[in-house]
Amino acid sequence: MDKTLPDLAAAVAGIEDGMTVMIGGFGGSGAPIELIHALIDRFRATGAPKNLTVINNNAGNGHVGLAALIEQGMVRKLICSFPRSADPVVFTELYLAGKIELELVPQGTLAERIRAGGAGIPAFYTPTSFGTDLAKGKPVAEFDGRCYVQERWLKADIALVKADVGDTLGNLTYRMAARNFNPLMCMAAARAYVQVTRIVAPGGIDPEAVVTPGIFVAGVVAVPNPAQEEDLNRAGAVYPEKAA
Amino acid sequence: MTAKLNATQIAWRAAQDIADGAYVNLGIGFPEMVARFQPPGRQAIFHTENGILGFGEAPPPGEEDWDLINAGKKAVTLKPGTAFFHHADSFAMVRGGHLDVAILGAYEVAETGDLANWSTGPKGVPAVGGAMDLVHGAKRVAVITEHVTKDGKPKLVKRCSLPLTGVGCVTRIYTSLAVIDVEGGRFVLREKLPALGLSDLQALTGADLHVPGPVADLVVPEL
Repeated sequence: MDKTLPDLAAAVAGIEDGMTVMIGGFGGSGAPIELIHALIDRFRATGAPKNLTVINNNAGNGHVGLAALIEQGMVRKLICSFPRSADPVVFTELYLAGKIELELVPQGTLAERIRAGGAGIPAFYTPTSFGTDLAKGKPVAEFDGRCYVQERWLKADIALVKADVGDTLGNLTYRMAARNFNPLMCMAAARAYVQVTRIVAPGGIDPEAVVTPGIFVAGVVAVPNPAQEEDLNRAGAVYPEKAA
Repeated sequence: MTAKLNATQIAWRAAQDIADGAYVNLGIGFPEMVARFQPPGRQAIFHTENGILGFGEAPPPGEEDWDLINAGKKAVTLKPGTAFFHHADSFAMVRGGHLDVAILGAYEVAETGDLANWSTGPKGVPAVGGAMDLVHGAKRVAVITEHVTKDGKPKLVKRCSLPLTGVGCVTRIYTSLAVIDVEGGRFVLREKLPALGLSDLQALTGADLHVPGPVADLVVPEL
């Protein structure tokens, strides 16, 4: 078995209209910029996929990565915890114009809903958001004298994730805080496609160091020098580049 | 004469209550400043929602690694003993009662300990991040804030008028004028600026201040 994919296009080829896609990263850290751009390339060539529901902590920055995906009009709904940041102009404009739907989820609840989705737990109770507007309409129950809010799992058709080293079986390591939501999203998606800086043979990663076991990964594709969203935005990058 | 503490001085005061070895989460923005003022001989271990325990201060400009950031998406540095983990483990630390202290900003705090710090109302784009999680689980949830708004309205109130972050969660408030605990559904005054009269402080506070014991002078260095 070899989960290595020939190129980025192969990793995004199975994403269809209306699918739910988890996109890894916290801001730019761990964001699979190259996979997102490959998905944009496919949309511009074929008109698909669109009407996507995207799950990410944020709403993108500038005009690259997730922000560019939203700017293309490919995203119908965003599920996230913090759609404000230094430059989320694309999302802000579409949201205020009523052209994109937002489901706002507290960050820890978002993480746990994704984890639950991957772990086969359809719902759980959390103290987070009890008594607030974000708990409206959700079942509440008391356990040992405290009130908790019922939250449901989140699952996805596809996850697009960035890791550091991957082996051909899909075992992954991450780089520093670029781990964030990525291992959870690999678990919660029917198929997780991962861009890694380096693909090694089985045995090339110390089993003690594996963070995401390969069972959660459908395919790995090598992107040796991945772009960082922060660097792209500081350089004023736009994707796709406007024709001169 | 100092009429009120500046933001740096409020952060300094909050830092004095953090014990050596405490696990601490500082909210993004103003609360991040607390890390600068750890008393000599004490070293807290800072947690950030995006999966780092024990990170260090910001690197010099030009030396940022954008895979090594805090919850405010600012670059930080590694210290010996740093640990990385994914988001579900990170919030297990938060909700699971493993943090000793969370220090957050506030729009309003009620005498019941209710906190409003994530939304100023229906206009604009709502964003909550980790605030609603952080108010649950930490052994102590403290707030640092100006005592009144820019328009002079009390931020310490009977009931919050803005959307809540959490119910009955705040235990101590460090303001530009005083240190106040929330106990049994009321504000209990612990420290105030020495030059400030109790009645003047009460006039700037939107709920009754209770004074069951001695009130210490709130004294901080020039910062």
